[in-house]
Amino acid sequence: MLELLKQPWPWYTSGALIALIMVLLLFFGKTFGVSSNLRTMCTIAGAGRNVKFFDFDWKAQIWNLLFLAGSVIGGVIASTVLRSEEPLKLSASTITDLKGLGIIFDGGLNPSQIFGLDFITSPKGFLILLLGGMLVGFGARYAGGCTSGHAISGLSNLQVPSLIAVVGFFAGGLIMTHLLLPLIF
Amino acid sequence: MKGLKFILAGILFGIIMAKSEAISWYRIQEMFRFQSFHMYGIIGTAVILGVTAVFMIKKFRIRDVQGKVIHFQDKDKSWRKYAIGGTVFGLGWALTGACPGPMFVNIGYGYWAMIIVVLGSLLGTYLYGIIRNKLPH
Repeated sequence: MLELLKQPWPWYTSGALIALIMVLLLFFGKTFGVSSNLRTMCTIAGAGRNVKFFDFDWKAQIWNLLFLAGSVIGGVIASTVLRSEEPLKLSASTITDLKGLGIIFDGGLNPSQIFGLDFITSPKGFLILLLGGMLVGFGARYAGGCTSGHAISGLSNLQVPSLIAVVGFFAGGLIMTHLLLPLIF
Repeated sequence: MKGLKFILAGILFGIIMAKSEAISWYRIQEMFRFQSFHMYGIIGTAVILGVTAVFMIKKFRIRDVQGKVIHFQDKDKSWRKYAIGGTVFGLGWALTGACPGPMFVNIGYGYWAMIIVVLGSLLGTYLYGIIRNKLPH
C-alpha cells in the first residue's frame, strides 16, 4: 500500500480528492480558498492599522490558517514518508522548449536553476521570485480569489465571474510563458 | 480540538498537490504550453465532480456539521476585476510555477526558495489593499 502511495498520483485521483477537499470544507461550514490567508497574514502583521482593507476580524479565518499549516505538513509528508525516487515524467516537448530558454530539466519538481541557492541569492533571481510572488498576491486579491477559490469553488458553483477570472489566469499564464519568459531567462 | 479537522484537511490537500505534481514548476510550464493533459485532467476532474457535488448539496439541502443548510455565496457581478486581476495572477503563476496553495506545500516539501515567493505574494496583497480604491473593479 505504501509503495503504491509513494508513486506519483494520477490526475484523476488528484482531481477527485481536490473535489473531496472542497466538499469537506463546505461540510465544515467553510469555503475552499487559499489566497484569503495572504490577506489574513497582512492583517496579523498589523496592516489593518493603516489600510482599511485589512481591518477585519481575522480570528474568523483561523480555520483557514490551520488548513494552510496542514498543507505545509502535507508537503513534508510527501517529501519524506511518501517520497518517490522516480524522476518526474515531463513531456519531451516541454523539456526541449525549456532547454531553448536555457532551463535544463533535472527530474525534480522544480528546477534547481530557479529555486536553487545560487539563483535565489543573485539579485536577478531574488527579484524574479519576489516579483512573481507579488503578481500572484496582487492578482489573487484583485480578482477576489485564486485557483482554489475561482477555478475549483467558483466553477463548481457555476459562477460566471469565476470563469472570467480563470480565463484571466490562463491569459496571463500564456503571456508570461510565451512572450515574457524568453525575455527574462 | 475544533481546529484539528482543518489541519487534517490541509495535510490531505498538501499530499495530493505534491504527489500529483501539481506543485511542480515544470508541470505548470507543460500546462501553459499545452504539452500534456495532466494538469487539465486534475482541474477538469475536480470541477466536474465539484459541479455535481454542489448541485446535490443544493438539491438535497445538505446540512453542515453545525446543522445549518450549506449556503453558497454568489460572486460580485462584475468583469473588470476578474479579468484584470486574473491576468495579473496568471503572469505570476507561470513565472513562479506556484499559486498560493502550492507555494506553501512547496515550502513543506523542502523548496525553501518559495519563502521568497510567499513574501512577494504578501507584499502584492498589501499593495492591492493600499491602491484598491484607485483600481477599476
